Amino acid sequence: MDQHPAIELRSISKAFGMVQANKDISMRVMPGTIHGIIGENGAGKSTLMSILYGFYKADSGEIFINGNKTLIPDSQAAIAAGIGMVFQHFKLVENFTVLENIILGVEDGRFLRPSLKKAQAELTQLANEYDLHVEPNALIEDLGVGMLQRVEILKALYRKADILILDEPTGVLTPGEADQLFRILGRLRDEGKTIILITHKLREIMDITDTVSVMRRGEMTATVKTASTSPEALAELMVGRKVLMKVDKAAAQPGDSVLQVIGLNVTDENGVHRLKDVSLEVRAGEILGLAGVSGNGQSELLEVLGGYRKATGTVTLSGEKIPLTGSGANGQSRRNMGISHVPEDRQREGLIMEFAAWENIPFGYHNAPEFQRNRLLMNNKAVRTETAGSMERFDVRPPDPRLRASGFSGGNQQKIVVAREIERNPDLLLVGQPTRGVDIGAIEFIHQQIIALRDQGKAILLVSVELDEIMALSDRIAVMFDGRIMGERLPHETDVKALGLLMAGIAKEAA
Amino acid sequence: MNRLPRWIDLIIIPAISLLLAMLFSGLAIWSIGEDPFNAFKIMIDGSLRSTYGWGYTLYYATNFIFTGLAVSIAFHARLFNIGGEGQAVLGGLGVALICLYIPWPHWTLALVGASICGALFGAAWAAIPAFLQAKRGSHIVITTIMFNFIAAALLNFLLIGLLKPAKVMEPATAKFPEATNLPNLHEVLGLFGIPFSKATPANISLFVAIAACIVIWVLIWHTRLGYAIRSFGQSESAAKYAGISSTKIIMITMLISGALAGMMAINNVMGEAERLVLNAAEGAGFIGIAVALMGRSHPFGVFLAALLFGFLYQGGAELAFSTSIPREMVVVIQSLVILFTGALDGMVRAPIERLYLAMQKQKTVAE
Repeated sequence: MDQHPAIELRSISKAFGMVQANKDISMRVMPGTIHGIIGENGAGKSTLMSILYGFYKADSGEIFINGNKTLIPDSQAAIAAGIGMVFQHFKLVENFTVLENIILGVEDGRFLRPSLKKAQAELTQLANEYDLHVEPNALIEDLGVGMLQRVEILKALYRKADILILDEPTGVLTPGEADQLFRILGRLRDEGKTIILITHKLREIMDITDTVSVMRRGEMTATVKTASTSPEALAELMVGRKVLMKVDKAAAQPGDSVLQVIGLNVTDENGVHRLKDVSLEVRAGEILGLAGVSGNGQSELLEVLGGYRKATGTVTLSGEKIPLTGSGANGQSRRNMGISHVPEDRQREGLIMEFAAWENIPFGYHNAPEFQRNRLLMNNKAVRTETAGSMERFDVRPPDPRLRASGFSGGNQQKIVVAREIERNPDLLLVGQPTRGVDIGAIEFIHQQIIALRDQGKAILLVSVELDEIMALSDRIAVMFDGRIMGERLPHETDVKALGLLMAGIAKEAA
Repeated sequence: MNRLPRWIDLIIIPAISLLLAMLFSGLAIWSIGEDPFNAFKIMIDGSLRSTYGWGYTLYYATNFIFTGLAVSIAFHARLFNIGGEGQAVLGGLGVALICLYIPWPHWTLALVGASICGALFGAAWAAIPAFLQAKRGSHIVITTIMFNFIAAALLNFLLIGLLKPAKVMEPATAKFPEATNLPNLHEVLGLFGIPFSKATPANISLFVAIAACIVIWVLIWHTRLGYAIRSFGQSESAAKYAGISSTKIIMITMLISGALAGMMAINNVMGEAERLVLNAAEGAGFIGIAVALMGRSHPFGVFLAALLFGFLYQGGAELAFSTSIPREMVVVIQSLVILFTGALDGMVRAPIERLYLAMQKQKTVAE
């Protein structure tokens, strides 16, 4: 091969304090290809890309762009070297137009008008060339996430990027939007651009990349041609052991109705109608999966059921009415009724990050009698013993009750939350995004625990934006869009495409 | 692990901060043409080298323990109670009323009564800003500051009118009855055969303050309430999820905080002045903020920090008394200590953290 790689990394290492985030990483990305980087959370993918984009400085190692050794001390240098980055969280000014966002930072001269004019012309050209159509004068705040992502890509292209890095680009997209993105990426590749796609979703790697590098614990464990590998082989490389790709579960044995929601409505502080006449039912011994793109009312539904958002409508638990407003509507009374809740965001809600693991185990249940020594004092020793047991049963690593929650990996943090909620032996378990930012090994484990609880005859309401997860766990699937339940499907009678349409608000029965 | 061991966090860092504060204080003293070594010697001699000096140091420290604890407990709920001064002033009013108008048979009963009444008055003064914060979202920093001024004005009004005995020129209450006079440290320590200067204001309230440290320690780390307070302080969103009521936590925490500040009055009003004068708190409420910061909101840290500030107060008074160094310089020294131990904590912490990590790394590499 006499062609220079578009990017070559040689022996890149980077440590943060005691943590070796990248260890002696070498990688070659050929021009005009889509190169996937896959790995669990905390494997060092984002660190590596931050080094390439000039956010971090590598402790050692070299970067070659198109065969030339290049120093990238900051993102300006990265842009000058033709590298563009599309972040997971968009960096756009909400109340600026698309055009204004695109020229932000690269205006020529003191006055805006000539820059905007020039950008407009260039944008039209780019849009035609790559099929990237966006209304240039639309305000960012009026655009959907799929569009915002296009704006980010256009921003990079406008800065003459030949190499595009996309960090978990499909996290916020519907399957349909993701397909569109992949079509755009394919087009960009065909036009000679080089694309690096960071993701933890095996399916995306298989669908779109030409080559794939696998990272594990800061090291690059393999780089292979996508065509010559399989999802199972990649998963094994990521985790370091064999992984069951499918959750084993027996058919559900649904019993009596446990949770009944009838005509639930929520209007938030800004007067936005978040839940519109939501009705659903979860029976004992079954998992109802609630699919939908995030922000379509699922969070609000969990908050209402968890007792910390006011709502109107009727909710009953095993026939008993649950108060939705007033002093009875709080997390404590919900827990007393037998509702446990694994919240969507473990760092913001599920855990106190500064508390040790043992202090997080009674969280929400700190009034429970088994955690008290007497009427005045809590029994910290009993809590610690209890925590040690929970950590062992739920395979939390390291199994150290005195370690702060912030010191655990995402997967182990989530196991602490799941352990706490499942071990209360609830009648109804609310689960929000149980495996967001959780590594594959832990996903497997958490899924097994949820199914085990179901098999004990408990009712489970599962909210997830990961369709694979919904498909794998649910006994019935309801889809939410814009605060409404769009429809209910049985997992074996539907597919990702049909659910994707419902998630996009298209409720054709034929779908 | 990736963090500092406790002994570095709690001892080394404050010690280095203090040394830096001393260095800059020394430079300031030297720059006005005085001898910094002599100045420090006077401060130490005057506050620590005699039981007389200790008496004053401990008296000030007692005030600062109460206000430092008050600020600390609020910090645990991430509430910034700047109103310790006003709450202490109101506590003084409570103590004065109960000492003047109830015929106490013995000082022990009077101490209990005065503690409760001072705490109640302080808590009541904190309750209004707390309510406004919990129910109306008015920022507690703003409201507690304002309540300091209102407290001062209220005391002015009462002390030149209702509470002032007739035919007295000074805005102060009458002397409290003899039965309410607290035993000073000379008498208390004398019971154990420990000689202690007679002429100091330090009194039995010191032991109440130490008991308060222990009670607050138990409260914060061993009770459900303390657990809820710390949870709320660390993460409001998580507390909401757990069903911990923000209104309840804000109200209860501020009531405890105000009560602690109010209890300071058993030391300065009942123990020392034995009557209520204008501006009785003398800024102890504000020093409490520095004490809480330096003590990392831990009751034991508060105790040590209060001793340090007691030393600075007493040593500073000696300095002003026996040299030509102006009183303002004492304030400069106190401010430098607050600056380095409180505000500039990160400046010392970051390099020590880096140093420690580098050393750890070398160790692991060597292994």
